[in-house]
Amino acid sequence: MRNTRVIEIAVGIFVAAGMAALFLLAMQVSNLSNMGTGESYTITAAFENIGGLKVRSPVTVSGVRVGRVDAIDYDNNSFEAVVTLRINKAYSSFPEDTSASIFTSGLLGEQYVGLEPGGSEANLVEGDRIQLTQSALVMEQVVGQFLYSAAGRKDEGE
Amino acid sequence: MILDRIQGLGRKAIGFVERLGRAHLFLLRTISGIPGVLLRPSLVIRQLYMVGVLTLLIILVSGFFVGMVLGLQGYNTLSDFGAEESLGVMVALSLVRELGPVVTALLFAGRAGSALTAEIGLMKATEQLSGMEMMAVDPMRRVIAPRFLAGFISMPLLAAIFSLVGVYGGYFVGVGLLGVDDGAFWSQMQDRVELHDDILNGVIKSFVFGFVAAWIAVFEGYDAVPTSEGVSRATTRTVVHTSLTVLGLDFILTALMFGD
Repeated sequence: MRNTRVIEIAVGIFVAAGMAALFLLAMQVSNLSNMGTGESYTITAAFENIGGLKVRSPVTVSGVRVGRVDAIDYDNNSFEAVVTLRINKAYSSFPEDTSASIFTSGLLGEQYVGLEPGGSEANLVEGDRIQLTQSALVMEQVVGQFLYSAAGRKDEGE
Repeated sequence: MILDRIQGLGRKAIGFVERLGRAHLFLLRTISGIPGVLLRPSLVIRQLYMVGVLTLLIILVSGFFVGMVLGLQGYNTLSDFGAEESLGVMVALSLVRELGPVVTALLFAGRAGSALTAEIGLMKATEQLSGMEMMAVDPMRRVIAPRFLAGFISMPLLAAIFSLVGVYGGYFVGVGLLGVDDGAFWSQMQDRVELHDDILNGVIKSFVFGFVAAWIAVFEGYDAVPTSEGVSRATTRTVVHTSLTVLGLDFILTALMFGD
């Protein structure tokens, strides 16, 4: 039988190491550190086609992540997808005529919402809707349009 | 002749169900013994030392090596697609979601579970458990519950340590030896690993596995035939049953957690 004190110290170190490992996993490995613990506000944007956008996809401005996609709904009346964007309070001064587009990171990467600030004096506030939007590029459509226009050009040439 | 066969099958099935029922009743008694144990934490601390601290070394070493292998294999595959930067994501996700909880549970069964079974089985074979009952000491509370609780507590801690050490193992091979970019390794990992979906689900898994592994280990010991052969068989059964149950449960849990 070993000394109780030694055992207790060893167990204490073990439990502390386990907790520290969990904490480090959360902070170092996961996205907790760049989720932004501060307050946030939501704005919405309607898109004709959101492509492969998902809830929790990033929202960026000039490539800087400022928030996440909070929810994706379908509007029965306008036949559009309504995307709710949750933006960090630290980035609260987007002009009213900011435009939103859906981009793809890399050729096959995940899709994200890119915001482009406009020139208006008034700023977007909680619950506002972005008016200027650009849908996701769907590969099949792009290829289809390309083929169509290529065929059209050929016809003209003849 | 055929009837004999069928009878044998039926007997085995009944025996299996009976044992399953005993295991569950045993679990109930163990859990009802836990509140009493909490009043005497020194019992649990001693078991935490036996079950947790002494398992730490094998967890550290295997975690590091598993991470290094993941880094090496992942690099070879990913470099075909020019996606070496995703190595961090691959290593972290495989560890946090699957390998951390599962491999830790398997090592835990081999290192700590077998020891628990052998210890309790020998206590039974040498009639220490009956001796305790004679002295009006409840062996459930004095022997079984602290061991069960210690196993249940130490599994998630060990799994977290395993995952973390594994990530650094992958980092060591990927960034240190193979020359993956340091910043991309971490930033892609932090970008893709979700706290809620990946890490929390991994922790839930390790809790479930810890529960099952500790339960099987103490039950096999308590239920062992009190002879030297019986104890050795019980020890083997602990490792085999724990491994099978953990792997089976892992599939079910993965399907529930990550299958959309």
